[in-house]
Amino acid sequence: MGASIASCHAAAPVHDAPKIYRTVAVVGPPNSGKTTLFNRLTRLRQKVGNFPGVTVEHHTGYVRDANGEEVALVDLPGVYSLIPKSEDEKVAVDVLTGKMPGMAPPDAVIVVLNSTNLHTHLVLAARVIALGLPTLVLLNMSDELRKQDGDVDVLTLARELGTPVALVSATTGEGLEAVQNFLSSAAPRPEPLELPVIGSTRGYREWAVRVGANAGYRRPATPVWTARLDSLFLHRVWGPVIFAVVVAGVFQTIFAVGQPLSNLFQKFLDTSGAALGHHLPGGMFQSLVINGVWKGTGSVLVFLPQILLLFLVIGILEDSGYLSRAAVIADRTMSRVGLNGKSFIPLLSAYACAVPAIMATRTIESKRDRMATILIAPFMTCSARLPVYTMVIAAFLPERRLLGPFLGTQAAAMLGLYVLGFLMAVFTARLLKSTILKSKDSPFIMEMPPYRWPMPSSLGLRLVDRGKAFLYRAGTIIMLVSLLLWAATNFPMHHGQPPQVQDSVVAKLGHVIEPAIRPLGFDWKIGVGLVTSMAAREVIIATLGTLHGVDPQSHAIDLQTALRHELTPAGAVALLVFFAFAMQCMSTIAVVRRETNGWKWPAIQFGYMTVVAYIAAFAAYHIVGHFVR
Amino acid sequence: MIFNFRFGRRRKAQPAGPSALADLKVGESAVLAELKLAPAIAEHLMNLGFVPGLVVKVLRCGPGGDPRVYRVDGTEVAMRRDLSEHIDVELLGAPAFGD
Repeated sequence: MGASIASCHAAAPVHDAPKIYRTVAVVGPPNSGKTTLFNRLTRLRQKVGNFPGVTVEHHTGYVRDANGEEVALVDLPGVYSLIPKSEDEKVAVDVLTGKMPGMAPPDAVIVVLNSTNLHTHLVLAARVIALGLPTLVLLNMSDELRKQDGDVDVLTLARELGTPVALVSATTGEGLEAVQNFLSSAAPRPEPLELPVIGSTRGYREWAVRVGANAGYRRPATPVWTARLDSLFLHRVWGPVIFAVVVAGVFQTIFAVGQPLSNLFQKFLDTSGAALGHHLPGGMFQSLVINGVWKGTGSVLVFLPQILLLFLVIGILEDSGYLSRAAVIADRTMSRVGLNGKSFIPLLSAYACAVPAIMATRTIESKRDRMATILIAPFMTCSARLPVYTMVIAAFLPERRLLGPFLGTQAAAMLGLYVLGFLMAVFTARLLKSTILKSKDSPFIMEMPPYRWPMPSSLGLRLVDRGKAFLYRAGTIIMLVSLLLWAATNFPMHHGQPPQVQDSVVAKLGHVIEPAIRPLGFDWKIGVGLVTSMAAREVIIATLGTLHGVDPQSHAIDLQTALRHELTPAGAVALLVFFAFAMQCMSTIAVVRRETNGWKWPAIQFGYMTVVAYIAAFAAYHIVGHFVR
Repeated sequence: MIFNFRFGRRRKAQPAGPSALADLKVGESAVLAELKLAPAIAEHLMNLGFVPGLVVKVLRCGPGGDPRVYRVDGTEVAMRRDLSEHIDVELLGAPAFGD
């Protein structure tokens, strides 16, 4: 991505490689507000990267100390302890102890704790301080502590810990000058702490309670609203009702708000593409830029509004604390397929896009459960299938009312395809959990944070993050495939002119796979669409458009009419079923490879989904063909 | 639709003097005694505050009675019965430390 992100000052670009910054690691437990604090300190001046060799993602941000010098802050994964038992914890320990390959040990550490939950979190602080690096302990959420009548004597605590301690609020910005001061001063190494020699968690905990008592720590009362909302959201009748309303609301937002946004964006891309075309000299180059790059990449870009909207909605649910409650509600149902409530969140996201969903499985502790969730996520009807479904259904199924004004035939068909994908996911989950991913226990342990107002800045930064990742993908893989496809339709040339489509490379490719897909009722053009839709499912529309656009016979007719020429109704059903089940998505394959650290799982998944899709499409073609002529 | 819930709670016959966390009723408190769970799970629970000696309270239950939400030293954690029935508690007695 672009190297210079606008910073608040007209400062030098932040990513210029050779400069060596002092690095300070930021560590803290989940729900300590660490990320909010990190965002508050570094704003947009951060970048995402992966630690070498592992799948754990990290952010590096840049901040100026009190002397105006740049310091690199490394945001470590949220951890409760430094006993490396999960991948996240191993990464945190490796970075802090300088064992992370290619990364020097940090010059200092900032420990972020939740001041409303000091005893639990001091245990982590003790373990970090024991590493012997210059350490600053931040007690975050001071506003919540005070509001709920809690208290702590920071000076005494600092004396007990042997490190500087500050009471801060990442939300209001209170006390954050302590960070700047810490960064600029050559912070003294902490005195060796007199820690309990018993390395047990209980020993640490007893120590934490003692230290807390010495520092006059008074735990704040549980916010009244959290208890009130919980008795509603986890109510035995209202809980599930509200849950259903929230899930329906998420869908409604994506379709009712996201779809028009995407359409608007599509119009913008079309008109700007046409405008761009006017300024280019005609011929090959214009065709390359407009038909190759602009239209190909644009067909994927139109999903940006919908994906961002989904992340916004899920981000609001997550930051407000409702998502933890939703996991509790969903747990019972999920347990029937052998998974637990934590898989619910990724699977809900998978209705927008499997890529972020698979990334969101990181919160699932059980390796086997995580793998099962990754493997079933692409069966959920992602937004890339939507345009394909819409086009095929509109071409073949006349709209008629089924349930008065509420449900028409086309909407019912769409709903049916959603249910089809969901049922296959459930079936696959059962299959996996009773065979290769069998596990006795999939513990469901979920911390329930108090309800909070989501912070717009924090949500905004996450959206920027996701948007950049998506654009990067569109700008690389998808542009490459678009270019290859353009080349395949425009070569081999005849006397400097692009060939008729039936003589082009792409047609040859289509003809090669035609025997394999003939039994499903597909011809070579659909075959070409299946190949190109590997870039992203909806690319099949652009491909069929290109194929028919250059086809002299169907030149004047629109795509839907062309489709009716090409497919029988049974073939159309087969195409829909194939798209419901097949893993037609390079980005998903790439992200599964990254998340599982190898080609084994994506290969198994691709093979399984393709076989399922082929068999189901074959069955659909012949069964439907038997009834509909 | 897909999320059909079983209403009504299932509760096993209570043994004399409950000793498992799962046997406490909503609103009841006890002192944590022993976590008879796989080491990794026990460690995770202890990091969240489920340390023997601390007081645990059953705050509420989800629809259908499971999972339930517990509170230890200000932290609220939801877990299923399949874990809480392996956590021993002592009904009587003062907390060993904290609270």
